[in-house]
Amino acid sequence: MPLRIGVLALQGAFREHIQKLSVLGAAAVEVRRADQLSKLDGLIIPGGESTTMGLVAERWGLVNPLRRWVSQGRPVWGTCAGLILLADRATGQKRDGQTLLGGLDVSVNRNFFGSQRDSFEGDLQVAGWNSPSPAVFIRAPAVVETGPGVEILAEWTDPDGRTVQVAVRQGHILGTAFHPELSRDLRWHRLFLQMVESVTST
Amino acid sequence: METMEKNGYINSSNGARTGTYTVKAGLAQMLKGGVIMDVVTPEQARIAEEAGACAVMALERVPADIRKEGGVSRMSDPQVIRAIKEAVTIPVMAKTRIGHFVEAQILEALGIDYIDESEVLTPADENNHIDKHNFTVPFVCGCRNLGEALRRIAEGAAMIRTKGEAGTGNVVEAVRHARSVLGDVRRISTMSADERYAYARDIQAPVELVNETANLGRLPVVNFAAGGVATPADAALMMQLGLDGVFVGSGIFKSGEPAKRAHAIVQAVTHFNDAEVLAEVSEDLGEPMVGINLDTLSEPEKMAHRGW
Repeated sequence: MPLRIGVLALQGAFREHIQKLSVLGAAAVEVRRADQLSKLDGLIIPGGESTTMGLVAERWGLVNPLRRWVSQGRPVWGTCAGLILLADRATGQKRDGQTLLGGLDVSVNRNFFGSQRDSFEGDLQVAGWNSPSPAVFIRAPAVVETGPGVEILAEWTDPDGRTVQVAVRQGHILGTAFHPELSRDLRWHRLFLQMVESVTST
Repeated sequence: METMEKNGYINSSNGARTGTYTVKAGLAQMLKGGVIMDVVTPEQARIAEEAGACAVMALERVPADIRKEGGVSRMSDPQVIRAIKEAVTIPVMAKTRIGHFVEAQILEALGIDYIDESEVLTPADENNHIDKHNFTVPFVCGCRNLGEALRRIAEGAAMIRTKGEAGTGNVVEAVRHARSVLGDVRRISTMSADERYAYARDIQAPVELVNETANLGRLPVVNFAAGGVATPADAALMMQLGLDGVFVGSGIFKSGEPAKRAHAIVQAVTHFNDAEVLAEVSEDLGEPMVGINLDTLSEPEKMAHRGW
């Protein structure tokens, strides 16, 4: 049976993730309600606006079910806005703060790379991969601090020489500051499906 | 050190490429399933952000007031735009007059996230739109039909919206434009290659973009609804017709209870296919904006005719 992967579809680029997952043979579904979670093997929180997703999730009682998903060790991957939502700590939030799910022991800076003018494409060196990964950063956040259990998969050095983490993994949680759903590289989705596989087979 | 390349700029120190088409169209992809709201003050921008807007459009006057007050309507004062930019963390868009590439240069210098080359402002050029490839900042443009959409994309627009009829609170023109574009996309998907050449000639669009659209079965860029959306049901209607998200101009801050209505429209765009949710969020929203019936507007009063 194919792996059942939910993509949180409150706002943002959920369709792009679903297309990538379908290419890899997973059964991908759009998730808008909490009762859909029980039928899933893995969950992706896509790129979009993290404040919008947080507010809509709150309105329909999704915040606690999503927090439970993460705390129960079920596989989850956040890209860009999704990474922000999964972070334990975020700077650069809107004035009254924003809803975070937490679970990933990192600090993210929300618009680390600046406004849309500064959005960019670049080639990432990824630990253990034999060729660089083409990555698309859109008003992207960056991980600026990682806890002890967090594995750093990729870093980026900006023109000012500051190095930040842009892909991290902590057990069942994967976080990327960029958008693998917008590039041709399928390896990130494959990596996540392997993570899901290893959890469901145990 | 930056060097200009055909498709954006390359930074020689770390290989980052800014202003590429992927990056420009990518932000629009992140806005999908969201609501972009017109705001004229930092306070309104905060209300929009707290209601869940995925971006705001910074303006001096909303279209309903532009319509009422008349005169030449131009790019907003940079001071207004800066103040709104400082108030929120979500993307901030701003409007330039059609063909006014210097207003666009100014908006780019202000660090605006998206420029709307908009028929809501008084056009600055009656033949030419802005060559949008020349900019690092991405552009959204309005359209009434597929030919217009593809001409704007050929000029470099990285996002498309319906024109509708701004500032009326009447969704009928947005529906007309959405049906025209989406219907024609379905039609070309069934055409043979030789028919597409003739079709591209008829609609005055590049055949390459006609083919790309036909092969994808949708426009090559994100396509939003705009111009007359006033209620959660209007927003969900545009989503069910097949658009990717919604601009709400005068509809929110010209209504009785802007915060409530803004919040409701955001929920309606996420749950556009769930009538029970739509019923719930449509309750008790106070007075909608009054609205204008299109047959009471004379042809020169209609903004959708602007643009070529």
